[in-house]
Amino acid sequence: MDISRRGLFQIGGKLLVLASVGATLEQIVGAETPSDAYKMAEHWWGMLIDIDKCIGCGNCVRACSKENQVPNGYFRTWVERYQVEENKQPVVESPNGAMDGFPPLTRDDIKAFFVPKLCNQCADSPCVQVCPVGATFVSPDGVVLVDKEYCLGCRYCVQACPYGCRYLHPETDTVDKCTLCYHRITQGLTTACCENCPTQARQLVDFKNPQDPVHEFLRKNKVEVLKPYMATQAKVYYKDLDGSVR
Amino acid sequence: MRRWFHDSGHLIRPALVLLAAVAVFLLVRAAVTPKDFGKYGHYRPAALTLVRSHPLSYAGQEQCVMCHDDQASARKAGKHAHVACEACHGPLAAHANDPSIQPKLPDVADLCRRCHEKDAAKPSGFPQVVTAEHSGGAKCTDCHQPHNPHL
Repeated sequence: MDISRRGLFQIGGKLLVLASVGATLEQIVGAETPSDAYKMAEHWWGMLIDIDKCIGCGNCVRACSKENQVPNGYFRTWVERYQVEENKQPVVESPNGAMDGFPPLTRDDIKAFFVPKLCNQCADSPCVQVCPVGATFVSPDGVVLVDKEYCLGCRYCVQACPYGCRYLHPETDTVDKCTLCYHRITQGLTTACCENCPTQARQLVDFKNPQDPVHEFLRKNKVEVLKPYMATQAKVYYKDLDGSVR
Repeated sequence: MRRWFHDSGHLIRPALVLLAAVAVFLLVRAAVTPKDFGKYGHYRPAALTLVRSHPLSYAGQEQCVMCHDDQASARKAGKHAHVACEACHGPLAAHANDPSIQPKLPDVADLCRRCHEKDAAKPSGFPQVVTAEHSGGAKCTDCHQPHNPHL
């Protein structure tokens, strides 16, 4: 085939015009129609945990497991019981994630308390940074989620999470984690764990809602996140967190 | 036409092959990358819809109270005012959607003990008993009404 330089430029120009028209059409036709009232930009989700209210009943663990069909032996949330004695390593237990509560602790000469744990919904999350395929991400409303259709199951994120909040689902072989009950909070409900906490030790909060009690809570209480030195911008705040908790 | 320099053909041909390879790569990438990838960040926006499509198991307090306002007002007067229905009765979204699905009553012995069995790690203000000593084997509901447990 014989093409002159002018001919080549003409063909190139035509292709460019076609491509741009195609792209524009695709954007117009394929544009998402807003399907519901939930606006991601208006929320920034997190959680408050009041350690002094937790009774270690395990209601949150059972509720989470049922709501999210968490496989047996895996946990999106769990409760730890700490026994802290002077000059000793703290004893930390979480039998079956506290799914069935705890065997009663009778010693009352030591400091003991419960710590509920879950994904800290870090705004600057190490698990998201290491994902090679864009299968895990922080949503525009601040929830760390996994795209299970995109996940390769490479487990980089499982290792990267400083809080041990991720696992490989034994059936799908993709990574699974707390979604902060994204399917619930986006329709105006609270998370399964917060709904079922009998003492309100856990509260779902929306930092972008000026009416949310979180603002007063943070103003009036001394709070801390887990492992603040990891600089993950965790959004799960603990009230009265003891230094022994890791 | 004069060549730019001697035997420049051996540079132009690989360049064309490279260009073709880049074009193929771009085409394949355009074909396999999901639509809207990168709209909010390095991920598929469809993943948000996927996560949101998960079905509910717990209907939530408001749903329960819509029909069972008698129980709700009994509870409001007592110490269990802030305990949600499903915290004891279990996940009942199926029942809320179709009231003909009858939920099972919770097993009281296990249920009460989970919260109220004495444990040194529980906050001291929280009501706790050693069930074996407290009831002498009697069921909690023999004395306490669970919606308003004060005697």
